[in-house]
Amino acid sequence: MSTNKETTPVNVDAYLGLNKYEVDEGNPHIELAPNPDMAQFMELVRVCPAGLYRVSPDGQQSADFAGCLECGTCRIVAQGGAVAVWRFPAAMMGIEYRYG
Amino acid sequence: MADFDAIVIGSGCAGPVAAHELAARGKSVLVVERGNYCGAKNVSGGRLYTHALADVFPDFLEDAPLERRVVRERISMLAPESGVMVEFTDEQMRRPGVESYTVLRAKFDPWLASKAEAAGAEYINGIPVEKLLKTGDRVTGVKAGDDEITAEVVLLCDGVNSLLAEQAVGAPRPARSSVAVGVKQVIELPERVISDRVACADGEGAAWLFMGDPTHGRVGGGFLYTNKESISIGIVATVADMVDSDVAIPQMLEDFKNHPAVAPVIAGGTVVEHSGHLVAEGGYDAMPALVGDGVMLAGESAMMCLNAGYTVRGMDLAIAAGMHAGRSAADALDAGDTSAAGLAGYVKALDGSFVMNDLRTLRHFPDFMEHTPRMFGTYPDMAAQMMRKVFLVDGSGMKPMRKVMWPMIKKVGLLNLARDARKGMKAV
Ligand SMILES: Cc1cc2nc3c(=O)[nH]c(=O)nc-3n(C[C@H](O)[C@H](O)[C@H](O)COP(=O)(O)OP(=O)(O)OC[C@H]3O[C@@H](n4cnc5c(N)ncnc54)[C@H](O)[C@@H]3O)c2cc1C
Ligand code: SF4
Repeated sequence: MSTNKETTPVNVDAYLGLNKYEVDEGNPHIELAPNPDMAQFMELVRVCPAGLYRVSPDGQQSADFAGCLECGTCRIVAQGGAVAVWRFPAAMMGIEYRYG
Repeated sequence: MADFDAIVIGSGCAGPVAAHELAARGKSVLVVERGNYCGAKNVSGGRLYTHALADVFPDFLEDAPLERRVVRERISMLAPESGVMVEFTDEQMRRPGVESYTVLRAKFDPWLASKAEAAGAEYINGIPVEKLLKTGDRVTGVKAGDDEITAEVVLLCDGVNSLLAEQAVGAPRPARSSVAVGVKQVIELPERVISDRVACADGEGAAWLFMGDPTHGRVGGGFLYTNKESISIGIVATVADMVDSDVAIPQMLEDFKNHPAVAPVIAGGTVVEHSGHLVAEGGYDAMPALVGDGVMLAGESAMMCLNAGYTVRGMDLAIAAGMHAGRSAADALDAGDTSAAGLAGYVKALDGSFVMNDLRTLRHFPDFMEHTPRMFGTYPDMAAQMMRKVFLVDGSGMKPMRKVMWPMIKKVGLLNLARDARKGMKAV
């Protein structure tokens, strides 16, 4: 399958900025395991529809869950591995879809 | 005595219908929904086949917030620079019982919930159920926030990402091959512009699925549905295959939107929301037990969803399952037995309905999709190549079709082609 065509890099943060969230500051509902396995972390980079799992050019892993869409995909892929805890945000918190 | 006859967890598609049926039979029902309003956490493509809704609410057309009636079914096979489309339109698509409509869940789900409330169901919104209360093997209620609330029967209508199914009936977290990840955007455009772009009257529109380039050859596809004043566009990709894709899924959606067959349809529109959600697609063989002592599962919490490639159906299945679950729960409450044996009427009713019939019919489809990657890369490419030879004329002289197609067929192998076709026919 040919995939080597020119693409416009997606600015997913700009899209997430259009969403409505009640952000639970300092109380993320997903917690990463210490030193996640890089191969598994890369899987999360590919599947997260919000693009929240990131690896910097020097190999630093990061994930800011404030923009989480609460889909559960990272739970399916990595709970018990790179993802140590996956729960729903606390009462009244998280994404609020206005269209869905 | 328990606090309620029944507690329903989740108010998406299955939950409110189950609650409605129970309340209509005079049962006390509490619905606990983690969204601050119903629909706040929910995403679908989405097109709703209305037959199941009509069984519960025959007058739904009077006030249901539906977007457009689908009168054009389109399937496109995309290669990076080209697309081959098949379109089907039929007067039958306007027939009651066959009609399908596009919906936006943040509008549709509150309406469905209002029906349950009108019938007498009580609602708590904004609080997730953290765990089930159990006495031995029997589910006796729920813990939500600081409250412990008991019921004779608890209905799990909490959808595909159920954190409770394991505790309820021992269903493990779904396998990567049993779920797909969906990413979607809603793009606003004027009503008339949308109608014109899909050649429909206002109030009517298209359901459009895409294979091949949208997922860069991965198992899955793209979708585009027309709403009244917006377009829903997205990608659904099987998690097991997506984990080693060379392109991340948000980029896939961006590329799909820029594809020459798609870009003009959404041109000038304004993105107003970016969403993500899982879709159950493991089918019949991925389903857990539907009842346990004091507990029932309806909808995608029990993996009731059909991904047939040309259409995704979960909402009509969830609505029908919610109806049967609610009615059977009411029967069990009347009989004073909400053990697994007492709730078995639900399993039987569902088994005799289209829900299990259709899940059984497409039982081998998930396996077919997973093991026929050519469906998502090679074949869309071949279709495009063939069309190029047919339609592009540059004066260099025509070649006979068999000469054009033979090298392509040879590349795949005649045997593989025949095998895939046979597998495909058997799977549907
Ligand atoms: C991208 C995409 C496209 C789709 N396209 C289509 C389509 O075109 N047509 C179609 O028919 N189907 C489609 N589907 C599938 C369809 O959306 C689902 O099958 C359907 O919504 C399932 O209904 P449900 O009631 O089982 O679950 P849901 O509608 O998901 O409802 C579950 C509810 O439970 C709540 N909940 C979850 N956990 C808790 C908890 N612990 N406590 C309290 N509340 C909780 C949630 O907030 C939610 O409101 C699509 C799905 C996706 C993701
Ligand atoms: S739940 Fe979904 S959106 Fe949130 S971090 Fe996990 S994969 Fe990303």
